[in-house]
Amino acid sequence: MSVNEKTWKPKVVAFCCNWCSYAGADLAGSGRLAYPAEIKIIRVPCSCRVNPMFILRAFERGADGVIICGCHPGDCHYTSGNYYARRRMTMLFSMLDFLGIERGRTRVEWVSAAEGQKFANTMNEFAKTITELGENRKLGDLRCK
Amino acid sequence: MQKIGVFVCWCGSNIAATVDVKAVAEAVKNEPGVVVSTEYQYMCSAAGQKMIQEAIKEHHLDGIVVCSCSPRMHEATFRKTAEAAGLNPYMVEIANIREQCSWIHKDMAEGTEKAIILARSAIAKLRNNMPLQAGTSAVKKRCLVIGGGIAGIQTALDVADAGFEVDIVEKRPTIGGRMAQLDKTFPTLDCSACILTPKMVEASQSEKINIISYAEVEKVNGFVGNFTATIRKKARYVDELKCTGCGLCMAKCPAKKGKNEFNMELDNRPAIYIPFAQAIPNVAVIDPEQCNKLKNDKCGLCERVCTAGAINYKQQDELIEREYGAIVVATGFQPIDANPLNELGYAENADVVTSLELERLMNAAGPSKGTLVRPSDGKHPHTIVFVQCVGSRCDENTKRGKPYCSKICCMYTAKHAMLIREKYPDTDVHVFYIDVRTPGKNFDEFYRRAVEQYGVDYIKGQVGKVANENGKLMVQGSDLINGEQITIAADLVVLATAIEPDPTARSIGTMLTSSMDTNDFFTEAHPKLRPVESPTAGIFLSGVCQGPKDIPETVAQAGAAASKVIGLLAKDHLVTNPCVAGSNELLCNGCSQCEKVCPYGAITYIEKEVRGPGVREVRRIAQVNPAVCQGCGACTVTCPSGAMDLKGFSNQQIMAEVDAICL
Amino acid sequence: MIANELKKRALELLADGTVARVLGWQPGELEHDWSPALFENAKDMEGFVYGKYAGANLSKYCLKLNKAEGKTLVMLKPCDTFSFNQLLHEHRLNRENFYIIGVGCKGMEDQNGLLLKCTCCKGKTHEIYDEIIDDEEARQPMPEADRFEQVSKLEQMSHEERFEFWRNELSRCIRCNACRNVCPACTCVKCVFDNPNSGIASKANVTDFEENMFHIIRAYHVAGRCTDCGECSRVCPQNIPLHLLNRKFIKDMNELYGDYQAGVGEEERTPMTSYTLGDVEPGIVHERGNE
Repeated sequence: MSVNEKTWKPKVVAFCCNWCSYAGADLAGSGRLAYPAEIKIIRVPCSCRVNPMFILRAFERGADGVIICGCHPGDCHYTSGNYYARRRMTMLFSMLDFLGIERGRTRVEWVSAAEGQKFANTMNEFAKTITELGENRKLGDLRCK
Repeated sequence: MQKIGVFVCWCGSNIAATVDVKAVAEAVKNEPGVVVSTEYQYMCSAAGQKMIQEAIKEHHLDGIVVCSCSPRMHEATFRKTAEAAGLNPYMVEIANIREQCSWIHKDMAEGTEKAIILARSAIAKLRNNMPLQAGTSAVKKRCLVIGGGIAGIQTALDVADAGFEVDIVEKRPTIGGRMAQLDKTFPTLDCSACILTPKMVEASQSEKINIISYAEVEKVNGFVGNFTATIRKKARYVDELKCTGCGLCMAKCPAKKGKNEFNMELDNRPAIYIPFAQAIPNVAVIDPEQCNKLKNDKCGLCERVCTAGAINYKQQDELIEREYGAIVVATGFQPIDANPLNELGYAENADVVTSLELERLMNAAGPSKGTLVRPSDGKHPHTIVFVQCVGSRCDENTKRGKPYCSKICCMYTAKHAMLIREKYPDTDVHVFYIDVRTPGKNFDEFYRRAVEQYGVDYIKGQVGKVANENGKLMVQGSDLINGEQITIAADLVVLATAIEPDPTARSIGTMLTSSMDTNDFFTEAHPKLRPVESPTAGIFLSGVCQGPKDIPETVAQAGAAASKVIGLLAKDHLVTNPCVAGSNELLCNGCSQCEKVCPYGAITYIEKEVRGPGVREVRRIAQVNPAVCQGCGACTVTCPSGAMDLKGFSNQQIMAEVDAICL
Repeated sequence: MIANELKKRALELLADGTVARVLGWQPGELEHDWSPALFENAKDMEGFVYGKYAGANLSKYCLKLNKAEGKTLVMLKPCDTFSFNQLLHEHRLNRENFYIIGVGCKGMEDQNGLLLKCTCCKGKTHEIYDEIIDDEEARQPMPEADRFEQVSKLEQMSHEERFEFWRNELSRCIRCNACRNVCPACTCVKCVFDNPNSGIASKANVTDFEENMFHIIRAYHVAGRCTDCGECSRVCPQNIPLHLLNRKFIKDMNELYGDYQAGVGEEERTPMTSYTLGDVEPGIVHERGNE
């Protein structure tokens, strides 16, 4: 498929913790492991820095998928940050599901600094899921205009 | 309006091959705030850095975006570059267009488009950046070690050796800890006291080490480099400076029925006592629960016989307040109480003993002067059964013991069995075990010697019951290898009881805001990479307080903790990370939620008069100690009002990035 | 009658100086909804009422009185005490500034009968009080109902149906802020939606973000602290079932992290400020239930 201005391309925001997942993304890069350009990474110190409001904001602004990556449970640089993130994201995702937003637009994945391959695989999978789900219309349309 | 400069790096062909760098520089030229946008082959080179510095000066930039490799690679470089040109180093943002763009995409158009978005996102973030100043705080050059066992002693010796002052606070009347109670040590079988007591003496003679025995830490305030501790030195009723340790008072004391803690209460000691011959300080202490003079004002014999005039019945607890730069927790362990384990008959039978009791029974300075006898009748036991994993490796739901492996039991049991077989070859020794775990240098060889050379009978299986039948201890257990239930008529049963953290650990952990696991072991800052530091800065962990360990491991960890302490105390000032959390007092509810998720205890609450537009009242508000905060941001998400924010990764900064990416 | 006893006792406490004022109810503009009211003397107290239309939870009104001179007598029904206690946990109220009379409750009503919150009553035990005034009838348990019934029903629907349901409900919102103003967990000194620097407020109406996300963010912010008092839905002039959002969070927390009721006992971590090593992964959301 040629790159056409009119063709819809998904927008995906990936929040990556500085210590594990961002380093994992760098490793994917230095290993030249490709994943779609639709994925843009935002660096945060820890997955526990990701405020659910950032995710809602991203969706509302037109993101089609949001993924949060952090250190594996037990390996958090700050010892407990990803445990809090895990609960927060579970609750948020469940609420989005409850509101009728398609499952699969949100994801949490634990990626270590050594898992460049996992990072690339995860991003490829996620981009595929989002492309299949299509454009995210619902969250911006939760109220009739 | 800010003046922002954008610098796009080619990284040779690393970036330029898949990203049209000129197009990127051109595309962001008209972004709000951008006054200069340019590209260069190697931004990190001297020439590239010079280019940035000149642009900062020429255009009076107050922020720069470098589109280059990962910030993990060169963020520090470009911050220094900016700082040298008079720009605040935290007004630098990096757009990662190499690892996260050019290296993973092949299509030039695609790569360029993404690079532009990444650059825009970095510019959007930068527009919300604030200049940040790294603070400094002075370091108090003294270390507090809580616990005077082998872990605490070793840490203190190493820290003192580097020239820093150390206070050891020991709750018992003497230092030495559990190791002082041991007879021999595995896998070399050298005498525990022979290797421990020289270290105790060395500690007491060091000019840098101050031993505060019979004392407990009562309160700790402050933060890394700047702790203040209040230590309660309990009344000994004996003047430490005058007492010579001659022991005459002990001999004359009429109240001889005190339980001898040092000998695991297997025999008695007088009301005035020195715990053991090599105690340090070698000073008597009076047990106020037992002393007739202190209880009923009768007796006073010790005062009369003391030629040094050291007895002082009026002595009071003393409170010592001192400042420390670092605190080491070395609170050690105790064996669990075997009394509730009814089926093993510990509570009813004097001849069912714990391993630590056996240590005392085998020790030359113990209650039986080193002759192995049964506590009930003083007779030599001919059949001895060891039971492994008593209270260790238990199902958490049964609440009958600890879920973890106590780690030392397999080895000390092999040691006991071997020593007994060597000294009393007529004795049959059986060991019931679940697994034999012998990782450690020369450990497995040691265990195999017990089996192969000394003929110790190892039986894989658990013991179901120990019952006393006419003076014989009938040990019923399963032999899993032969698939049968067996009963051994034993004279002595030794329980390898689990070890647990000292009961004071929990309150010390709370005092230090140092996190603990569900078993009350202290948590390390990182389970692999920072094993001797607590997550709370300035608190270090030494020995079993962090998890079960044998002596060599304890000493290794004690030395490692000391080196971390020395690294800290060697600094005059600590530079603090400016990317820390901060609470906007006008928005703070004082609800205490942020404090609950802070892994570092960096948040406290104060009553403060808050002034703002239309506001002037005293409120409870959160305060972040920037020297303690590590900048994870857990608090910022917990805060419902948005009062808590993280510098360098603020809500507005991240929202701006989100907006730039999603536009 | 409980109302007479309450009045008598309040007058006594006012007279002997134990309390400086009384927070109770008086008839309001709507016949079936009595309003919270402050009484400072015996004459004021003539307007005091208590009975089946005293549905309003007075806990939040205590915030303004926390720094008032002298103690405030506050009357709390059993379920209201959860809210009050939760505010104590959050250090928003000082216990010593209040004299709490735990009042007996026989189920509150409005023009349509039993209030929604009373159809799944949280019990007749007061979590916190100085004294209790009730009668035998008030101690009788209410008929039990499954408070998560409607949440479960929604969970069983398809995504499209759920989306239509919520779109239909939320589109009616006129952003009157009644839910926020009445909510005893919504007590921020300054709400994020009123703070232009928070990144989510948009007073200038540049985006729909705030309008779209208001109720989701509000529910998330009170998650773990919401006692499920149901005031949000009770006061909504558009009859949006806002409590369902809160109950969804509560149901999830109960199912995933163990049963929890905000406002019980002593101050402790809520499910949102705590964790266990073995917590479920967020992916569970995508695995369970319908679709």
